This record gives sequence, C-alpha cells and structure tokens, in this order.
Amino acid sequence: MSVLEQILGATMLAQTLRMGVPYVCAALGGVWSERSGVINIGLEGMLLASGLGAVVAHVATASPWVGVLAGVLVGAALGVAHALVVVRGRVDAIVSGLALNLVALGATRFVLRALYDSSSNSPPVEGFRMGGAGASGAALLARTLLDPLTLATAGLVLASAWALARTRFGLRVWASGEDPAAAAAVGVDVGRIRLAAVALGGGICGLGGVALAYDQHQFQSGMSGGRGFIALAAVILSGWRPAQAAAACLAFAALDALQIVAQDRARAASGYVVQMLPYAATLVSLWLIARRRGQGSIAGRPPSGLGKTVD
Amino acid sequence: MRWRVGPAVVATVAGVAAGWLALAVLVWIYGESPREVIAQLVSGTWGMPYGVGQVLYKATPLLLTGVAVDMALRAGLFNVGAEGQLAVAGLAIGAVGARLGIGSPAWLAVPAVIAVGALSGATWAVVPAVLRARYGANEVISTIMMNRLADAAVGLALAAGLAIPGTVRTPDVVPGARLARLDAVGLTSLHGSAVSVALVLSLAVAILAAWWRTRSRIGRETTLVGLSPIACAAERIPVAGRLGTAMVLSGAIAGLGALAPVLGYKGYFESGLGAGAGFGGIAVALLGRGHPVGLLLAALLFGTLEQGGLAINARVPMEVTTILQGVVIVAVALADARVRAAVLGRRA
Repeated sequence: MSVLEQILGATMLAQTLRMGVPYVCAALGGVWSERSGVINIGLEGMLLASGLGAVVAHVATASPWVGVLAGVLVGAALGVAHALVVVRGRVDAIVSGLALNLVALGATRFVLRALYDSSSNSPPVEGFRMGGAGASGAALLARTLLDPLTLATAGLVLASAWALARTRFGLRVWASGEDPAAAAAVGVDVGRIRLAAVALGGGICGLGGVALAYDQHQFQSGMSGGRGFIALAAVILSGWRPAQAAAACLAFAALDALQIVAQDRARAASGYVVQMLPYAATLVSLWLIARRRGQGSIAGRPPSGLGKTVD
Repeated sequence: MRWRVGPAVVATVAGVAAGWLALAVLVWIYGESPREVIAQLVSGTWGMPYGVGQVLYKATPLLLTGVAVDMALRAGLFNVGAEGQLAVAGLAIGAVGARLGIGSPAWLAVPAVIAVGALSGATWAVVPAVLRARYGANEVISTIMMNRLADAAVGLALAAGLAIPGTVRTPDVVPGARLARLDAVGLTSLHGSAVSVALVLSLAVAILAAWWRTRSRIGRETTLVGLSPIACAAERIPVAGRLGTAMVLSGAIAGLGALAPVLGYKGYFESGLGAGAGFGGIAVALLGRGHPVGLLLAALLFGTLEQGGLAINARVPMEVTTILQGVVIVAVALADARVRAAVLGRRA
C-alpha cells in the first residue's frame, strides 16, 4: 500500500478519532472553564485523575459504565475544587491549576501503590468492546465509531456549541467571562455560574480521562503525557469556541495518527518535530491574537474577563 | 508598616502547617503511623550528614529556579517556563562541557559552561519575553508552550547526535568543567551526597539578584513596573524594555539551575535530568515572597520534602511529598488571600 493510501485509509481515520477523543474532551472542559472567566491549566491533572478514578471503579464493579460515572465525577470534583479555590478563595488560577496538576500526579501514583501495589500501572480493564474484533482498518474504524465514548464526545461538542450560544446558562457563562462586573450588575451570580461552568468542564474533561484509560485497557502512571496542554493549545487556537477547539484537537490527533500509521517510515527525529507543531502553532496564534488586539476584530479573541475576579 | 512582614509570615506558616497536616492524614489513611513516618522523614534528611548533603543538593536548583520565578514575579510576570529553560540549559551545558578541550583548566571551563547555561536559559525565555513585552501576549500560556517545546527539542537534539548513540545521555563533560562536590573540598562528613560548590554559586546568585532588584536603577524600575506599569509609562520608564529584561534574566537564572545536576552530580546531561525543579521553583517563589532568606528557606523546605520522600518510600509511597507540595502551594495562597482580605477589612 502506498503512503497516500494509508493516509487516506480507514486505519488513519480510526486512529485519529481514537486519539482525538481525550483531546476533544479536555479542550471542551477548557472552553467551558475559560469562557466563564476561570483560566484552567489543570486539564492535564484532571485527565490523569479521572482516568484512574474510572479504572478503580471499573475494577471494583466490573462495569465500564460505573467507571465512566466515576471518571466524570472525579473530573467534576476537581473542577469544583479548582473553582472554589479560585472564585471563593481568590487564589490566582495559575497557582491553583499548577497545584492541581501536582496533586493529581502525586495522588494517582499514591493510589496506584495503595490499591494495586504498583507504581506504574493498574490491573487490566475491559472497557467497552463494540463491533467486531478484526485488525483491519475497517474493523478498527467500526469499533471506534461505535464506542460510546466517541459518540458521547461528538454529542458533547455539538451540545457545548449550542448551549454556550443559545441557552440561558450558556449566555450567563459567556457574560461572566466577558464582563463579570456587568454580569453581576444585572443580577447574574458570577461566582456560582463560574463554579458550575468549571465543574461541568471538569466532568467533560473527566470523560476524556476515561477514554484515555479504556483505550489502553489500564491506567498507567503519567499516561496523560501532556495531552492536557495540547488541549489547552487547542482552546487558544480555537478562539475559545467548542467546535473549532474540537477541529484543532482532531488536527493534532491526525498528526499523532500519522506517526502511528507511517511508523515504519518515520524516524525518531520526525516524531519530535511533529510533537512540536501544536505548541509552535499556539505561539504563532498568541502572537496573531495579540497583534490584532484593538483593531476591532472580535472572533477568536480570549474572553475579556479571563482571570478577573468580581467583588 | 507593622503589617508589612506579619501577614505574609502568618500565611506561609499556616499554609505549611496545613501541608504537614495533610501529610499526616495521608500516611494515616495508608495505614502507617504518622508520627513514626514523619520522624523517619526528619531523621532521613536533617538527622544525618548524608541526608543534609542530599537536601542541600536538591535545594540548589530549587533556589535558583525560585529566584528566577521571583525575578519575573516582581515585574508582574508569571514565568511558568523555568522547567523548559532549565532543561534546555542542562542539555547545552552537557553538550558544550563535553566538547571543551580535554585539558581545559577550571578557571576557563567553569565560567564557560556557566555562561552557556545562563545564555541558553535566557534564549528559551526570549520568545515569551518578546510576545509579552512587545505584543502584550499572556506569558503564562507562552511559557507553558515553551516548556512543551523544550521537551521535544531536547529529545530531538539528543536523537539527532548530541547523545551517545543508542542512549539518551551526552558524553562526559571534561574534568575541568566539573563542579567539585563539597565532600571533596573539605566537608568530608557530607561524604557520598551530591551537594557541590553549585550551592555556593546559587547562594551568590540569590544575593546578587536581590541586590540588583533593590540597588540598581534598572532593577528598581523593574519592580516599579510590576507595581504599576501605567504609572511607570507616565514617568517615561521604558515598560516593555523592563518587562523583557526581567523575563530574559529570569530565564538565565533558571538555566543556571541545571549546573548542580549536570556538573556537580552526574557529569553529563541525560533526558529528564533536573525535571521538576522548574515547577518546584514556582512553589519556592510563592513561599519565598521576594526575600532572599525566604527563598532559601522555601528551597530548603521543598528540598527536604524531595529527599524525605525517598527516606520514607519503604513505608509510604514517596509521592505523598508531591501531594504535600501541591497542598502547601494552595494552602499558602489561600491563607494569603484570607489574611490580605482581613487586613484590608481592618483598614476600611
């Protein structure tokens, strides 16, 4: 098969979707949080902790669905903690997010050793097994497309885009992020809206952690591997918009998939270059956003109240 | 005036106390005796000369990254990028140190590798510095991205020929570029621990940085820019220039953080060497509050936690100290906000 056929083939598409799900979930979490005005660099820790939460619940109950619930709840709980510290405790969101990442990294290793007496990985879990077992690209694609987590993620992208732009709650989130003082003046409880938005974002990000762990059929220490930061990059590139963030995530996932599909051809060096692309693109995007500031351009700029508190 | 030092100290002590409480609870949940484990942590660090030496070794890069983050913080910038700046500097120090003439005398080789460390750390801070100073782009995001880029760039450079083929480490640096361990220069009781003269160097940098900030014109202006950029602009202080200087200097100091692990301990750079010290430096800066003594104490605290984790690892997973680090950061910040609100309330 030629390289081109491989790139256009079902395997490539399946791999892109499979690797894209955690990115997309984490990025949606970031969009919800930051649209409400709370900077969230703790996505990495949320992915990690919710992945472990899902596996622990799955191992304990032998039900992947209970695992999903547990993972989402862990993500939401971390979101609540982050929001409480930032909104009620008035702590800088960067500081809180850094601490969240540290605690998640330490706590997942701690729990691994406490429960499974291993510092590297959990026992294997089944996760979801949909569709046939074949190793062909088409079978892999069918399995990925039928996976409840892929379907849920696709639904969440559409729902988030719609909810942020069309529902009362979404518009209040938007208002709290754009101009918290004005939102408060017209009667929006900015603190509570931010709490809800960050918790919701945490839950969605948690789903990404579940997908990550189920995809590997176990939890591995540090398995988020920087995906939370890639998602953060996607949030910025998207201009804090759900559908665009998902598109950016899929583009990054396609780069990952390309490495897998063409692995016999790609040498290590090209892998590192591909790794750099999302971050380099984000730096360029930061530069472009900053340069256009004050030129009347509206699309793609950060929420004006990002990081601002209200009294 | 009475409040200038008071609340900060109260908040820090309260936050650190909360951290130790969290540690005790975690140890208890794990089914061990908190009293015994904490006693073991203390005796494994400050209770024996080797432990003291190891704490000082771990504190050396933390002090430098702490000073680096603090330097930016005083100018109103949050340098989250010390991690990447240190990694790139570590690679550069290792690569250059190995390529110096084998007979290079220390008086030539040591300043050369120090300059390489500072320059490469500074270089990695240039992009965030320009983006922020020239275009006003958020430095937190850009430094996070530079951290991730450093990760890949170091991997790429090692794979592309800086490493010994088949490994992820550089060749040994020449003997003249090594920094002597303290046990080799008279402090024989520290025998076996990795603490080196890099500690003396980092203390000197901490004092120099404090001196620069409070005594030099540019340093004082930089602090003023951190307090009120608008007022500074009105006074014709070049705000963008000062912001850029602070960020680049911060990167240079963070780069020096790689000296202790590369030249004092291993004698070469390998993938992951010094990792964590950049993020640890943020914690140190938050606790140190812009005072060299505070920064030193904070670096010693986190150095103790790192080494202490190893000392208790047989009974309790050493990762409890990572959790403790996170808890201390949040607790101090929370206590800080609370004390600040209380003080403001009293004044109003």
